[in-house]
Amino acid sequence: MTYVLTGDEKPLSGIGVCRAKVTAFDPRMRIVMTAIYAIVVVSLNSLWVLAGALILSSGLLALSGLPPRKTLKRMAMMDSFIIFMLLLLPFTIPGTPVFSLWGLEASWEGLRRAVEIALTANAVILAVMTLVGSMEPVTLGHALFALKTPERLVHLLMFTIRYIDVLREEYQRLRTSMKLRGFRPGTNWHTYRSYGYLVGMMLVRAIERSERILAAMKCRGFSGRIVLLDDFRLSRADLLFAAALSAALAALICAEAIYAAS
Amino acid sequence: MHIVDGALSNPVVIGGAVAAAGGIAMGLRNLPLERIPAAGVLSASFFVASLIHVPIGPSSVHLILNGLAGLVLGWAAFPALFVGLLLQAVFFGFGGLTVLGVNAVNIALPAVLAGLAIRPLLARGSPLQGAIWGGIGGGAAIALTTLAVAVSLMLSGDEFLLAAKLVFVSHIPVMVIEALLSGAAIFLARRVKPELFADAKGSLA
Repeated sequence: MTYVLTGDEKPLSGIGVCRAKVTAFDPRMRIVMTAIYAIVVVSLNSLWVLAGALILSSGLLALSGLPPRKTLKRMAMMDSFIIFMLLLLPFTIPGTPVFSLWGLEASWEGLRRAVEIALTANAVILAVMTLVGSMEPVTLGHALFALKTPERLVHLLMFTIRYIDVLREEYQRLRTSMKLRGFRPGTNWHTYRSYGYLVGMMLVRAIERSERILAAMKCRGFSGRIVLLDDFRLSRADLLFAAALSAALAALICAEAIYAAS
Repeated sequence: MHIVDGALSNPVVIGGAVAAAGGIAMGLRNLPLERIPAAGVLSASFFVASLIHVPIGPSSVHLILNGLAGLVLGWAAFPALFVGLLLQAVFFGFGGLTVLGVNAVNIALPAVLAGLAIRPLLARGSPLQGAIWGGIGGGAAIALTTLAVAVSLMLSGDEFLLAAKLVFVSHIPVMVIEALLSGAAIFLARRVKPELFADAKGSLA
């Protein structure tokens, strides 16, 4: 997961890629705080307060030591997926017209709703990427287990993380051999059939690989228990960070209440 | 296909989270320890498959293949696809956190349904017949997913009605491609490893 997802698909941090400052904090605390953060931000409505939340998320990004441009680019990629839906909103929510396009009236209320969704989505995903995404994938699994996630789900997560790398390499090998045989993708039946065979071959090989894995694990007496290599400790710095973030969230909630009252 | 934070109404988000928890629990119950390696490796291969871009006209689409996941994994597809979505949200910033439940239900429930309905038919007859059923399963799952995305948007407010309709219509080519690819993948699996779908009792992993 950390190494192989090349180019744009590369995760933001990992072994040797970047030593994020936020990685010094307890992973469990980071996961819990991220969940609270997301719930608070989603419940906010006022645009100014949401803008404040986005600024807070950017602050976390600055603090995390993740590469800011890359992280923001990734966030912008998510925006490109939802931009279409957001652009429709001003025209589908009735209200005070602001401008009209090809005879369609765009409403002020719709525009406001679109901005609200965009701010919320970006603030949350940026916080998720900086607080949780900066973890090593295996640490994420261990921390989730420490937070009482079902053992089998954590096993499944760890296996997936472990083998994404391996299977990505296998996919590349199969693609290379297709290329060597002169395969060029296009919009035709041959392409779709070839891609289908490629996926089918990956599945067959994955299943055969999993049989070997199971045999190797049985040989070593695997019993389904998750062995934690390092135990998590809540230090004073963790508590301070959690308190500071909670205070910031409380401030956002207060601002929202004041805005709603006025 | 990912819905982001802040777009859906609270009842939809909470309902999605509860349903997803149920689906994951059900999936894990059908996943004995012995089969976790198979499920994990398959979950990883579906993650990798979702990074494949397939050309369509001047543009390209990325695969979801949730139907194929359901056909291969049965109920275990639910936790497997959930894990994929979690990793995508956390490490790639696709989707969101509070909507994770809704997204998981939208993608994994059609997969499980396709698996329950069509998996027993895959081993019957010639590989071509199996491939046709596989194609139907793959196409139906993605159609149901699109429909589920549209319904979750519509339940959250009338303003999304147009967006929901457009999501469905614009995904019709994706449904065709997923159906073709799933069919071809099942055809190959039937030829190369016929015993894969031979056990009639539910799921492989």
